[in-house]
Amino acid sequence: MPEPILDIRGLDAHYGDFQALYGLNLTLAPGEVLAIIGSNGAGKTTLLRSISGLMSNGAAQIRYRGTPIGALRADQVASLGIALVPEGRQLFPSLSVEENLLIGGRVKRAGPWSLSKVYELFPILQDRRHQASTSLSGGQQQMVAIGRALMANPDLILFDEISLGLAPIIIRDIYAALPGIVGGGMSAVIVEQDISKALSVSSRVYCLQEGRVSLEGDSATVSRDDISRAYFGIA
Amino acid sequence: MDWVNAVIQGALLGGLYALFAAGLSLIFGVMRLVNIAHGDLIVMAAYLGLTTSVALGVHPLLALVLVIPMMAAIGYVLQRGILNHTLGDDLLPPLLVTFGLSVIIQNVLLEGYSADPQKMNGGALETASVSVGSLSLGLLPILTFVVAVGVIAGLQWMFYHTALGRSFRAVSDNQDIAQLMGLNKRHIFGLAMALALAVTAIGGIFLGIRTSFDPSIGGGRLIFGFEAVIIGGLGNLWGTLAGGVILGVAQTVGAKIDPGWQILAGHIVFLLILAVRPNGLFPRVSA
Amino acid sequence: MSVQGYRVTRGSNASRLAGLLGLIILLILIAAPWWAGRADMRLMGEVFLYLALASLWNLMAGYAGLVSVGQQAYVGFGGYMLFALTIFGGLNPVVAIAIAGLLGAAISVPVAALIFRLRGAYFAIGTWVMAEVFRLSFAQVSALGGGSGTSLPANIVRAMADGRDAREALSYWLALGMAVLVVAAVYLFLRSRNGLALTAIRDNELAARSLGIDIFRTKFLVYIVTSAMTAMVGALIFLQKLRISPDAAFSVNDWTAFVIFIVVIGGIGTIEGPIIGTLVFFALRETLADLGTIYLMVLGLVAIVIMLKAPKGIWGLIKDRFNLQLFPLGYRVVRPDSTRDDQKGA
Repeated sequence: MPEPILDIRGLDAHYGDFQALYGLNLTLAPGEVLAIIGSNGAGKTTLLRSISGLMSNGAAQIRYRGTPIGALRADQVASLGIALVPEGRQLFPSLSVEENLLIGGRVKRAGPWSLSKVYELFPILQDRRHQASTSLSGGQQQMVAIGRALMANPDLILFDEISLGLAPIIIRDIYAALPGIVGGGMSAVIVEQDISKALSVSSRVYCLQEGRVSLEGDSATVSRDDISRAYFGIA
Repeated sequence: MDWVNAVIQGALLGGLYALFAAGLSLIFGVMRLVNIAHGDLIVMAAYLGLTTSVALGVHPLLALVLVIPMMAAIGYVLQRGILNHTLGDDLLPPLLVTFGLSVIIQNVLLEGYSADPQKMNGGALETASVSVGSLSLGLLPILTFVVAVGVIAGLQWMFYHTALGRSFRAVSDNQDIAQLMGLNKRHIFGLAMALALAVTAIGGIFLGIRTSFDPSIGGGRLIFGFEAVIIGGLGNLWGTLAGGVILGVAQTVGAKIDPGWQILAGHIVFLLILAVRPNGLFPRVSA
Repeated sequence: MSVQGYRVTRGSNASRLAGLLGLIILLILIAAPWWAGRADMRLMGEVFLYLALASLWNLMAGYAGLVSVGQQAYVGFGGYMLFALTIFGGLNPVVAIAIAGLLGAAISVPVAALIFRLRGAYFAIGTWVMAEVFRLSFAQVSALGGGSGTSLPANIVRAMADGRDAREALSYWLALGMAVLVVAAVYLFLRSRNGLALTAIRDNELAARSLGIDIFRTKFLVYIVTSAMTAMVGALIFLQKLRISPDAAFSVNDWTAFVIFIVVIGGIGTIEGPIIGTLVFFALRETLADLGTIYLMVLGLVAIVIMLKAPKGIWGLIKDRFNLQLFPLGYRVVRPDSTRDDQKGA
């Protein structure tokens, strides 16, 4: 088994007095696509915030390529090659579409992704590149958010609820683009409410419940009953 | 003709106020910080200019070559060393810390330069004038105004056409997400303060050539800059220039009516605009 | 109120002890004209007036979130009103002080209407602009000496009381009375419905708004009451100085910078903070004042360090360590087996 690109051991996370994650363990192999499922409040977003450095944790609780990164700031984590597509898109409203993409490429890591490659993936963005990012539709904004993360040429990309609030046809388009993204050997963690979507794009799945891993398995073979139990905690 | 002259003199004076205001506007735009010590930093720049030009025997405007980088460095260190630690949801810490800084800077200048008014020697520039029709306009006020327009155009261009400006806007929009893009907001804030104090250096030197100054006048300069920002509308750099011009005209016209009314007339026009247009004349919302 | 012996109470042994001790100290202070020298009484009078200013600024900034750097507007206004009312109105100075307070309240209404349009930090600078407008306006009044100021005529001073000692004592008692009045008013106000609303606003403006608390009205009220009382303190200050000028009356350093440092050092947002801060401030001043500008630099530096490292000030440090509250504002739950309390559950 190759050394994992991401190795999480005993991760605790707190918001003030509230504990959101309890000793969570998780590993991700290079090139692997991992799905994280679980109900609202299970700790999925907290997990991504912890990995990306938006929340500070114990340094050794999160290792990336063997290096402890749990205590690093988000900008330091980003320069190591981890990118997050945040929940709710969160584009910069005072930046144009192209500027949003350019700022994603600020970390200047070498790799296949560039402005033209992103426009190739999402041609509509090229037509809209000088528009304010807020003038786009929800689906187009999501494309910008994904493109912005790709511009950093990350080795690990984290997707937080990329289908939330979008029309089914748009979700289909966005997921259709995923293989083109992760096919190049990029590792990915996908947080998704839609379980069948999550299983179809991933090789392994983790289910979180109340801040703990309640299920871990192969996406292709995990049974629906197991997921229901892990999801709702029905024994 | 006297009145036309007063209005034009006032408009040119507005250039100086715009230079005071541009730095305030910039740091508020990037990090929502209101720096109470801004006026004292302007005065400090004037003293740095004085010392530099006297020590090296050069024209005060040439001293800018040194004073601008000095003020920028002070700004960066100040931001990273102190002011970054005050930023957050609570508005008290930045306000009270910059207020404390204001008192410290004033007293350091008092200790170093005494309370006696000083002035920089601008040489022939101080008295040179150009005739336009029957009006005689001082070269120094014209130069100040031109420089102010240049500075604001430069800031505007930097904000909307450079990678640094993009970073400023991104951090201003959403600090967390900007961090995800690899932007270290503490560094970006440091750069914004460095830039703001670089502009302050220019304002301070022009102030020191134009009039005499002493360590206590910082508060008044802060207020003029603040009035220009509010009259023009928050977050609008060209509006800040317009605000400076309106304030300058109000002061010179007020002084024309009664010399004791100069500053008061400026404040009254500011309060009138605040009463009628609380968001300023050219507000720009979240851009 | 009790649930199986649990009680909710405001007071504690510490607060009752503090109350008793405070009463004794107050009696000793009232008797000062019989035991203290003239210079000491003058110093104590100044301490009381700074305590009043600090408590008022703390009420605005620490509770109502109105950070003003322009309170010198009302100090100077009150001083000038004292001079105008006694010189032109022929009023007794003590009556003039009360009327100066009313006039301070009256002028603060249009001022607030304007500067309440400014948010947060810009509100602060707006208050400063207002103070400048006051200063420049009074400098235009030639009947009050214009820019160079004027002195209180000797006959008005003599009308206060017979003899210098009696005047000094009266002046001292007025200052002490003002400090007690302000601290008591702030304390009672914070215990009232409006005061609770204020604390709610400070702790969470959004939540308070959703509870239907009228934020604007409460803040407005605090601003006006504070202005009135600050004007009265200002009148008292210049009754002691006997001379007024625009620069002295509307000095941002004397009436706002020092006051802010006092509150920050003592502990903002507590009633005890300004009291401690005033004592520390005067202790520093009396020992370091010879250093002049260095003293002010040190003061500014101390305030910055406290704001960054211990934002709750000296009182905050004491309170966190010993769980003390001398002016009981919050409620605390007392367990039934608590032996530290002498009173049985009601």
